[in-house]
Amino acid sequence: MGKRGVDILGRIDWLTIILVLILMVCGWFSIVGSSSDVFGPSLFSFDTRPGKQLVWIGCAIVLGIVVISITRDFFSSYAYIIWGLMMVLLLATIFLAQEHKGSRSWLDIGPVSLQPAEFAKFATALALAKYVDRYSFNPQDMNDLAKAFGIFLLPMVLIVAQNETGSALVYVVFILVLYREGLTGTILFLGALAIVFFIVAIKYGQVPFGIQNFSVGTFVVLLIIQLLIPVMAWFVKRDSRFCIWQAVLQIVPLVMGLLVATLSIPFKVTVLQTVLIVTSCVWMIFKGLKDMTHRYFLVSAVGVLSIVYLFSVDYAFENILQDHQRTRINVILGLEDDPLKAGYNVNQSMIAIGSGGFAGKGFMKGTQTKLKYVPEQDTDFIFCTVGEEQGFLGSAFVLLLYISLVLRLLVLAERQPTVFGRVYGYSVLCILLFHVFVNIGMVLGILPVIGIPLPFFSYGGSSLWGFTILLSIFLRIDCERLADY
Amino acid sequence: MNIHKYDNRKYLIGAMAVLVAVVYLVRLFSIQLLDHGYKDAADSNALYHKTIYPMRGALMDRNGKLIVSNQPSYDIIVTMRSVHDLDTLAFCQSLGITKETFDSRMADVKNLRRNPGYSSWTRQVFMSQLSAADVSDLKQNLYMFDGFEIDNRTIRRYEYAAGAHMLGDLGEVSKADIEQDPYYSKGDFIGKQGVEKYYEKELRGSKGVEVLLRDAHGRIQGHYNDGELDVEAVAGKDLKLSVDIDLQMLGEKLMQNKIGSIVAIEPATGEILCMVSSPTYDPSLLTGRHRGENYTELAARSDKPLLNRPIQGTYPPGSTFKTSQALTFLQEGIIDQNTMFPCTNGFVFGRLKVGCHSHSSPLPLLPAIATSCNGYFCWGYYRMIGASKYGSPQAALTVWKDYMVDMGFGYALGVDLPGEARGMIPNADYYDRHYRRSWNGLTTISNAIGQGEVTLTPLQIANLGATIANRGFYIKPHVLRNVDDQHPDSIYLEKHYVGVDRKNYEIVVNGMRQAVLEGTCRVANNPDYMVCGKTGTAENRGKDHSVFMGFAPMDNPRIAISVYVENGGFGASYGVPIGALMMEQYIKGGLSEESMAAADEMSQRKIDYGKERR
Repeated sequence: MGKRGVDILGRIDWLTIILVLILMVCGWFSIVGSSSDVFGPSLFSFDTRPGKQLVWIGCAIVLGIVVISITRDFFSSYAYIIWGLMMVLLLATIFLAQEHKGSRSWLDIGPVSLQPAEFAKFATALALAKYVDRYSFNPQDMNDLAKAFGIFLLPMVLIVAQNETGSALVYVVFILVLYREGLTGTILFLGALAIVFFIVAIKYGQVPFGIQNFSVGTFVVLLIIQLLIPVMAWFVKRDSRFCIWQAVLQIVPLVMGLLVATLSIPFKVTVLQTVLIVTSCVWMIFKGLKDMTHRYFLVSAVGVLSIVYLFSVDYAFENILQDHQRTRINVILGLEDDPLKAGYNVNQSMIAIGSGGFAGKGFMKGTQTKLKYVPEQDTDFIFCTVGEEQGFLGSAFVLLLYISLVLRLLVLAERQPTVFGRVYGYSVLCILLFHVFVNIGMVLGILPVIGIPLPFFSYGGSSLWGFTILLSIFLRIDCERLADY
Repeated sequence: MNIHKYDNRKYLIGAMAVLVAVVYLVRLFSIQLLDHGYKDAADSNALYHKTIYPMRGALMDRNGKLIVSNQPSYDIIVTMRSVHDLDTLAFCQSLGITKETFDSRMADVKNLRRNPGYSSWTRQVFMSQLSAADVSDLKQNLYMFDGFEIDNRTIRRYEYAAGAHMLGDLGEVSKADIEQDPYYSKGDFIGKQGVEKYYEKELRGSKGVEVLLRDAHGRIQGHYNDGELDVEAVAGKDLKLSVDIDLQMLGEKLMQNKIGSIVAIEPATGEILCMVSSPTYDPSLLTGRHRGENYTELAARSDKPLLNRPIQGTYPPGSTFKTSQALTFLQEGIIDQNTMFPCTNGFVFGRLKVGCHSHSSPLPLLPAIATSCNGYFCWGYYRMIGASKYGSPQAALTVWKDYMVDMGFGYALGVDLPGEARGMIPNADYYDRHYRRSWNGLTTISNAIGQGEVTLTPLQIANLGATIANRGFYIKPHVLRNVDDQHPDSIYLEKHYVGVDRKNYEIVVNGMRQAVLEGTCRVANNPDYMVCGKTGTAENRGKDHSVFMGFAPMDNPRIAISVYVENGGFGASYGVPIGALMMEQYIKGGLSEESMAAADEMSQRKIDYGKERR
């Protein structure tokens, strides 16, 4: 079957294209809504942000068409070269870029400035896809894994060196891509656990448990460990008798301890919890020795290490983190009400969104975003404009558009016959999901302020073009999926 | 390798996407539909509270002469979003600033750390407290500079370059001021010293506010709720001070090139007629845009021009204090008018000797006051502390201390100015601690002649003069004469009786009269009215301080005065002539030609203080 003869118009996934176009249009109207004093013809003038964005969108569409007409073989064959060139560009940017708001990530090319970091994503995705596609790739092999990690850790380091920590963080999602390809879930599981423990321990660390002299944070983290022990045991070996006994050991003494503590003699229930966990861990080791199932040791280790981690988090938070880092975390966890300092942006963005109500204030009528109470209101905080002017209806609609796009890409990625196509597809959808997760989470005051744009929505050419290329390559790969049969 | 081996994992990744959607939808639902706090916060963001500043009250002297009023000052306001095609060079030229100043001011305005409320949509202060001359060019060309406006505020205007310490100054409110009184907000001015601080509440009036509604473009759409929430500004009250500005100016002139104080009080009312602190400075230095640098410069000077010496300086009163001793001894029956004490060039008791100059000996009270005999008062004090009727030196000193306190010493008098010092009158506990209870009149003999532990403020010395002039009482000295023709505080009307009989005061008055006629104060004599006075030559580590305390006329006194010239030597060399000129100015309403020449000569006389920090 000749590759020149691919019927692009017939094979391309129009649903994805429509979803993206709707997002671009909504984004453009939000940019108009968040700028002011823009009426009539000036809306389309290159001097205004909406006018410029219109030009960027036009370019993006042309760029998309060009990319889609390039063959999959080209991307596959030149994947490493593209990645290599991009790394050189990222490195060069550190030295060539003018400092802009403290970061060195923008290159001035004639009238436009480009941010190479936005384009490094597709290059990295291509290289990773190519590498994992190798027949000999083994997700359990440390050597292979090290190289795969190197492909996305290098751009990450270079971008951190440009002082764009937010953009660099995106590259973490490639771990999720590798998970789909067989990377052990333990890494994912332990990472998630560490984050949950940290947040709970810090956020509720100062909240007393009723009249007891221990904190809710410590109690909850220990409770999570207690509940996880029988569950983890179940995953080790489906030994239901053993797991039930483990659960009984954890729950019954705890309930009795709580009753005693509240009704008669108050004592530190957390000490009881710790004792129970350690008991379980010891029992687990004996069980492991007896059954010759050494993965029980792992569960045991997770339990004990969790306790150590819990008691070191407080220490690390107070003694190792720097002041501004502590403040950032405290503000995000709602522990510090500080509307004029670190929390100012988040506070103002939540006021803007919250004031939108059910149906919003109407297009161009948002006072918060327009009076510039919200910073970066057409780039990183653009979701505020949607929230304020279009209300719950509009914001839910945009949010659902994104999730639909991600799920659609999941379907496309899963239908790829090649590992190359699938890995690349997962890279696209995971990057998108991460951007949406972090950006909207930040605007809603759930996540810390990490400055990354909302894909296809935020003002700016680099981000728009970067995502266009990223997605177009995948659409082209998807077009050619049947060519391999 | 089977590429479908991990296919189940797609569900986990899909589930993550769905989980994100669900969590965020719940969050959106709760902040947009359940919590109404955000809506209120947004409303208050969109309202613009424009402050209307009231006119601060003016200050007048006792004769109604205007001392302090207001003059317009100008703030330049910038709204960044409205700045278009700014001709920076022309702007800088019309304001008379350099491009560098312009750039650094613009950067400061935009700096969120220094200016946390910054928004390019709202009005920001670009430069403040400019004079009419500073902005006149800009005013004409303002139409050229979109986004810039000129706001009118007022700053203080001083009609006389005098009375800086008493009048005080205005400065921007501190964080602590705002926390203490919610009336204030950032950028407001508040009295920092003197009358401006003490009578801040009377002078400031109250701010007005216009609540204006802004649309999404930041344009003012008019008054919110038809101005229902608007509050009009109320101007501050004008204060009439008790000071005589001509007397004050003469005092400052006489004290030029010297360090010290002059305080004059109207005895019948306690009104302070002048309060000179030298060195002084032009009060207008602490207004306007150069306030900060001028303040720093004044604060760094070694002769401490910012110190308000009349109420913050504490000094040994020297021999002026002997009048208070005479009153105490007379009232306690330790001596009577005719009691004689010997003085053989001083008070000699065993190895202890308090020196004195030569005069006839023994002598009674009147000449002792007139010649300022140390020996006489040391004997009197020694006799009182040793008197058997008290039982112990401790009990005797306590009686003595009570007299001193009743005369207004040892505690702040309660003048209506901030920062008054209390001086020092030692009590029995003090000596018990220092001498392990073994002390007597001899140990503490310097109290008799206003030396040693005793210190007073110049205000307290003047108040002693006023008490003697009144023959037994004083009214708390104060600088406010009236507001709206009423004195605001009744504590400045009460008479404080010392508890010494009028006849004893008459004896001391006669002694002070004699001092002027034939004693240490002869320079102060004036044929037109009867002056009473007492010199002091206060011992000091360096050269002695020159002190004078007096009042005039002897009957129906109109002015009581204290003059304190640091390191001036004998009381007669600086204190008496300055005091005499001041009394003449006040009583005669001006100086004779001869006195005028004397005043000029006195203002030229310079005391060399060296470079030592004071």
